[in-house]
Amino acid sequence: MYRWDFTPVLANADLLAAGLVNTLKITGTSLACGLVLGLALALLRLSKHRWASWPAGFVIEVFRTTPPLVQLFWFFFALPLIVGIEMTPFMAAVVTFSIQSAAFFAEVFRAGIVSIERGQWDGARAIGMTHAQALRRIVLPQAVKRMIPAFMERTIELMKTTTLVATIAYADLLYAANEISQKTFRPLETFTVVALIYFVVITAFSLVARRLERRMAISGESTVH
Amino acid sequence: MTILKVSGLAKRFAGQEVLRGIDLDVTKGERIAVLGASGSGKSTLLRCLNFMEMPDAGTVTLDGRTIGRRESELTLVRQRIGMVFQQFNLFPHMTALGNVMEGLRTVRRMPRDQAQARAGKELARVGLADKAANYPAHLSGGQKQRVAIARALAMDPELLLFDEPTSALDPELVGEVLGVIRSLAEEGRTMLLVTHELGFAYHVATRVIFLADGTIHEQGTPDEVLKHPKKERTQSFLARHKEFSL
Repeated sequence: MYRWDFTPVLANADLLAAGLVNTLKITGTSLACGLVLGLALALLRLSKHRWASWPAGFVIEVFRTTPPLVQLFWFFFALPLIVGIEMTPFMAAVVTFSIQSAAFFAEVFRAGIVSIERGQWDGARAIGMTHAQALRRIVLPQAVKRMIPAFMERTIELMKTTTLVATIAYADLLYAANEISQKTFRPLETFTVVALIYFVVITAFSLVARRLERRMAISGESTVH
Repeated sequence: MTILKVSGLAKRFAGQEVLRGIDLDVTKGERIAVLGASGSGKSTLLRCLNFMEMPDAGTVTLDGRTIGRRESELTLVRQRIGMVFQQFNLFPHMTALGNVMEGLRTVRRMPRDQAQARAGKELARVGLADKAANYPAHLSGGQKQRVAIARALAMDPELLLFDEPTSALDPELVGEVLGVIRSLAEEGRTMLLVTHELGFAYHVATRVIFLADGTIHEQGTPDEVLKHPKKERTQSFLARHKEFSL
């Protein structure tokens, strides 16, 4: 019978903590960049002009259809050869996960924007708003509300996908786990603890996001039109 | 004094000609009721006047200036030509007051307290001062439409376009909206009104236009068009509105 012993793992709590901070750093940065870039991609994709919508559609498709690990390797190993700038693991990870999230978010934004009925655009334009004002003040606030569940889902997915950075030697939570398990010869305990950390962090995030969603639903209408 | 002049206005949707050469002069203080069977182009005509739809041909001249197609110009024109829709198109994420303030804040960049005071005045004018804090989801159809009218009025338009403002309302709510429109008429506001409320058109309009096949088929005073129509198509249209009581 295997005798579980967590003490050697817990003795390395500082390594785990540092790993978690790095995981959150990559997730947070990629999420922020991904949202901004995703909105930009969505707007380009929705443009009437083919020269704007086509390249945006291309980027979105490329990143949705290639494996994240391949993308990460490409940005870490191949891109520096092409453009001649050194990529740190952190930079490569943030670039990869930002664009990749942006590709997903772009589709979420696009679906959210087109789900807003024409009458809302009409109402906004009729009082003299520009297209940009109507988007910012009328359409996006309503669309974002509808998109929150999809954003949440994607953010959770992103946080789990960032474990891939361990493969390019970035000291995230999974990388710390590898290190600790090799040091302590306690892989079962180590990965159990790491799974627990992901579970707790992601569950906490979901709870906060869901509460936010509920609060937004309460302030004003959410489903009735 | 002519404030709006329309000439040769044409609009096609997917190869179908909806408007074919509309000429129309609107004089200050005029109240024009636009009638016609469904598909006759009434709504399209209205939507072309403030360029919610881009006309395919023809010109619209506001105060002697022909309106171009640039967004910066159209946003100015739309502030001067208010529009009220059949489906209200209120912003559901804003209160009644927020809806009325929105144009003042975002388009006019009016300071918050001023915009709030102005919006409150407009809501009071349509009898909804006590509903300022309500979201549209908590307003009746008639109240929503009155908020929409207040929202249009807040921009101080010289011309108001009503696109079937009571068609989406339950019958018992029609009166309150028509009452507001009538009070605007009594203030001497210039308006174009697409409606199926023939009785209202008769009493409130100064001119009635009957559209058919995308052209102005017949026009004149309410008495001429609604009581003594000369053209056969106008007559049969009016005959079909059995509930029509003058």
